[in-house]
Amino acid sequence: MKMFKLSSKDMMLMLVLSAAVLTMPIWLVPFGAGYPDLMQKFAIFGLFAVGFNILFGLTGYLSFGHAAFLGVGSYTAIWSFKLLSMNVLPAVMLGTIVAGLFAVLIGYVSLRRTGIYFSILTLAFAQMCYNLAYSVLTPITNGETGLRVLRDDPRVLDNMFGVVQEGSPVGSLFGVNMQGYPGFYFCAVMLLIGFFISLLIFRSPFGMKLIAIKSNQNRMRYTGFNTRPYLLIAFVISGMYAGLSGTLMAVTDPLAGAERMQWTASGEVVLMTILGGMGTLTGPLFGAVLIKYFENIFSAFNESSLLEIFSFLPEPLQHFVVTIVHPFVGEGWHLTLGALFMIIVIFLPGGLVEGFGRLSKKFKSKPTQKSE
Amino acid sequence: MGNNIVLDIAYVDKSFGGLQALSNINLQIEEGKTHAIIGPNGAGKSTLLNVCIGRIAPDRGTVTFNGELITGKQPHEINQAGVVRVFQTPEIFPELTVLENVMIPAFAKRDGSFKFNAFSLLSDETDIVADAEHVLDDMGLLGQSAHVAGSMSRGDKRRLELAMGLVQHPKLLLLDEPTAGMSRADTNATIDTLKRIKERGMTKVIIEHDMHVVFSLADKITVLAQGMIIAEGAPEEIRGNPKVQEAYLGESTDE
Repeated sequence: MKMFKLSSKDMMLMLVLSAAVLTMPIWLVPFGAGYPDLMQKFAIFGLFAVGFNILFGLTGYLSFGHAAFLGVGSYTAIWSFKLLSMNVLPAVMLGTIVAGLFAVLIGYVSLRRTGIYFSILTLAFAQMCYNLAYSVLTPITNGETGLRVLRDDPRVLDNMFGVVQEGSPVGSLFGVNMQGYPGFYFCAVMLLIGFFISLLIFRSPFGMKLIAIKSNQNRMRYTGFNTRPYLLIAFVISGMYAGLSGTLMAVTDPLAGAERMQWTASGEVVLMTILGGMGTLTGPLFGAVLIKYFENIFSAFNESSLLEIFSFLPEPLQHFVVTIVHPFVGEGWHLTLGALFMIIVIFLPGGLVEGFGRLSKKFKSKPTQKSE
Repeated sequence: MGNNIVLDIAYVDKSFGGLQALSNINLQIEEGKTHAIIGPNGAGKSTLLNVCIGRIAPDRGTVTFNGELITGKQPHEINQAGVVRVFQTPEIFPELTVLENVMIPAFAKRDGSFKFNAFSLLSDETDIVADAEHVLDDMGLLGQSAHVAGSMSRGDKRRLELAMGLVQHPKLLLLDEPTAGMSRADTNATIDTLKRIKERGMTKVIIEHDMHVVFSLADKITVLAQGMIIAEGAPEEIRGNPKVQEAYLGESTDE
């Protein structure tokens, strides 16, 4: 079991994180976020960002097309539900693998360029996938209507083993329906496995070589490394994480639409990673949770709820404040996100993780200041 | 040892636009020798080195290393064949620590140009760390091994780069002005280090401006001017060669 010989510090991190993730339904209640739908999102987007960070954080290659793999994972999962079984395990495996195959193709071509050209190539591929899903691929994707699981789908494996579901079909794990809390726990376990693999990569010679590629790729070539396969593998791994995340979306809610592949979804994961701390182990996870949390809080407000909140103010002032705040909530919560993003990038270029580091340093250095 | 030819540069031409950077270069490097290439600025020394490591493709001619043609090969293939270059401006991994900077080339030597070792831990790589620390100790950089490489002084960066080259135990080491920008004390320390490597039988090509360095190290000197070889021979012959003195006349007198 040589591969699990992590340092005690990493063991501790893994334990604390597992405990924190699995007890989310308890400690998120005071924050108004302790319900399954939102926690599933935390886990799914956390996984997406953790995987994205393996490419962007370690190698510095900024992909603007990872939503394509999210969509491919979703569609594959739904087809697995339709054709094979409502059991989520085949869906998870197929979704991850098919997204990985797409990543091989897209990565192979895109990685011929670096920097902004690489980003544009990935963006172009993702938009192609998005448009294909709406047009010529309609027989596979069901176009604008989105792909759904139907009662009379063949489901070869389920029929073979005589598994019958009452009512409209939902993803299940050997009889346990993957919705609500069980769905969250399934996503949470996937997130922890994904995080563990990311931790291993960070602590491996492979991870160090990826960081060296980010630092000085030319030097790596003259040092005797063929950098292309390293980059391709990092790209494919992160694509598989995205595929798994897309699969989990379909697992917790068995339908898939092309909007998952839109460029805004690719952009969102970039924001999550930078917000949390690009290239840090835990940062992307924090970033994903924070963005999904704020999205949930701020998009829930509307004009009447705002009026209620500011009802303690005198009436003219109340209306004035609501007029100013209104564009930043509800549909317009992206404005808040944009402002938050700017603040972080300007004052904390290392993201939230850098912020935590600075805080803990301040607390630690206070008592020792005299001895210095 | 004998007179084995390690590196054979034959009929190499290279021009950039209208400028003939190298014309008809023929040069043989013997095994175990330290071969210096000198010449005034713009003589084509760096271009010649770049042709050797695959950074620049020659217009004509070939470079053969140990009987194997290396013109047209990828930089990583040339490195894996045993040719290592130390750059003139320090090419390091500025974000990594000093120790990691030396571990990376040690991995390249052990694992080859590609190995997917994502599920083994860095903390288990004790051999690589020992190798790297040994070389750093040789270079007098062991005390800084936990520092971030980008924060080192220029002289230390150059020594770090030499360490990165040496940890690969190259068959042929190409040094591009290894002491440029160094203090006199650092220069002498580097000369000592390079002399020690010589005892181990490593073949070296040195491009250098500093005549003190050249005459302390070189077994053989080739003089380049305007892309052509104008003289070649033992240090004593070169010192008295009127053509060489003429080529250097236009140069400033800081040599």
